Amino acid sequence: MSKLLGSSITKKLVMALAGLFLILFLPVHLGINLLLLKEDPVPFNEAAHFMATFPPIKIFEVILLGTFLIHILWGIILQIQNWMARPSRYRVTNYSQTSFFSKFMIYTGGIVLIFLVIHFINFYLMKLGIVEGDPENFYKEAHDLFQLPGYITFYLVSFVILGFHLHHAFQSAFQTLGWNHKKYTPVIKALGVIYSIFIPLGFFIIPILIYLK
Amino acid sequence: MDLTLKVWRQKNNKAKGKFVEYKIKNISKDSSFLEMMDILNEQLIEEGVEPVAFDHDCREGICGMCSLYINGRPHGPDEAVTVCQLHMRKFNDGDTIVIEPWRAKAFPLIKDLMVDRSAFDTIIQAGGYVSVNTGGVPDANSIPIERDKAELSMDAAACIGCGACVAACKNASAMLFVSAKVSQLNLLPQGKAEAKLRVEAMVKEMDDLGFGNCTNTGACEAECPKEISLTNIARLNRNFYAAKLS
Repeated sequence: MSKLLGSSITKKLVMALAGLFLILFLPVHLGINLLLLKEDPVPFNEAAHFMATFPPIKIFEVILLGTFLIHILWGIILQIQNWMARPSRYRVTNYSQTSFFSKFMIYTGGIVLIFLVIHFINFYLMKLGIVEGDPENFYKEAHDLFQLPGYITFYLVSFVILGFHLHHAFQSAFQTLGWNHKKYTPVIKALGVIYSIFIPLGFFIIPILIYLK
Repeated sequence: MDLTLKVWRQKNNKAKGKFVEYKIKNISKDSSFLEMMDILNEQLIEEGVEPVAFDHDCREGICGMCSLYINGRPHGPDEAVTVCQLHMRKFNDGDTIVIEPWRAKAFPLIKDLMVDRSAFDTIIQAGGYVSVNTGGVPDANSIPIERDKAELSMDAAACIGCGACVAACKNASAMLFVSAKVSQLNLLPQGKAEAKLRVEAMVKEMDDLGFGNCTNTGACEAECPKEISLTNIARLNRNFYAAKLS
C-alpha cells in the first residue's frame, strides 16, 4: 500500500501541496462567512448560491473535496508509519527545543476533521436535500446554529485547534517543498504565524458577534 | 557527587527490558559522563553483577559511537555535545539520572544501552560515496569550488552518524542524517555526477529500513551534537524532486 504511494518524500510532498491548497481556500471561505455579519441576508445567500451553482466552481468543489480526502488519508498513513518506526517507546521524554504544535498534528487534525464532518452534515447534506433545511437560505441556518451555546463552544474550540494546526503547517509545507532560505524562511515563518492567528480569528468573531446581537 | 542512576537493562533484543536502580557515590563533577559509567561498571563487577553494556570509542566527540538517551534527551542535557563530552557538572548532587538506549525500529537493541546502527551504514552503501577511477592523485586545485558551497558541504560533513536525530525525532526519522550525507557530496563538483542516483538510492534505502517520515518538527536539529541544520533536509527534498523529474 505504502509502496504504491511512493517514497516518504513523495508522500510528504502530496501532504504539503494539499495543505497549501486548503490554506489558499480558507481565506475565500472566510470572506464569504464575514457576510454573515451583515443585517441583510441577501449578500451571503447570493454568495453561497453562486458558489453552489457556478459551473467552474463546481469543478473546484470536487477538487477541494479530493484535496481534503488526500490530506486526511495521507496524513493518517504517514502517522501510522511514524508510530511503527518506534515500536518501543521511551519511558522518560523531555521534549527538545522545537515547534510545540508540530508534535500534535495528528490530534489537532483529528479535531478539525470532526468539525468538518459536522460542518459537512449541517450544510453540504442540506444542499443535497438529505438533511432538513433551506439550502437557499444558509444565512438563516447559520444564524440559527449560532444561537446554540453548545454549538458555538464547539465551533470556537475547533478554530483555536485549527490555529494550532496551521501554526506548524504553514512553514512546514514550504520546508517540505524544499524552500528553505536564510532570507525568506524567517518571512515565511512570520507569515505563517500571522495567518494562523488572523484567519481562525476571523472565523472566531463571527458566531460571537451574531450571538451577542 | 552522590547520584541515583536508573539504567535500562535488557539481556538482548528478544528479552523484556526494565530499569534497574544503582546508587553511586563520590563522583567528581569534573569527570565525564562515560567515566561515571566506567566507575559504575567497576562497582558492579566488584559486586559480582554484570556490567552495563554501552557504546563508546574515541571519547573526543568525533566518532559517533556514544549513544545514550539521558533524562529524556539524546546525548543528555548539554547543547551540541556527544555523551563523551558531557560532564557531570551539568548535574547536581543527589540527582536521579535516567539512562535509556536509542529507541527505533531501524536501530534494534543489542544489549542494555547498545543498539545496532548498521542501518546508517546500509544507507551510505546505497549512495553515500563518490565513484573515482584509480590512478594518479589529481592536483588539489584542478577543480575550482565556490567558497560558499565548500563551507556548506563541510558543515554537512560534520555529521558523525551517531543517530541522535533518529533518537530525538518523534517519528524516528533519519532525514537529518541522510540529508547531511547527501548534501556533503551533492554540493561539490566531485559529487555532482552521481547526485541524482545518490539521492534516490539513499532515500529508498532509508524508507526500506523502516525509519519514520519527517514532519519538520526540528527535534533532530535541536539535539544534533554537530548542529546539522534543517536546511539540509530542504536541500535533500529539492535534490529528490529534481532527480524524480528528470
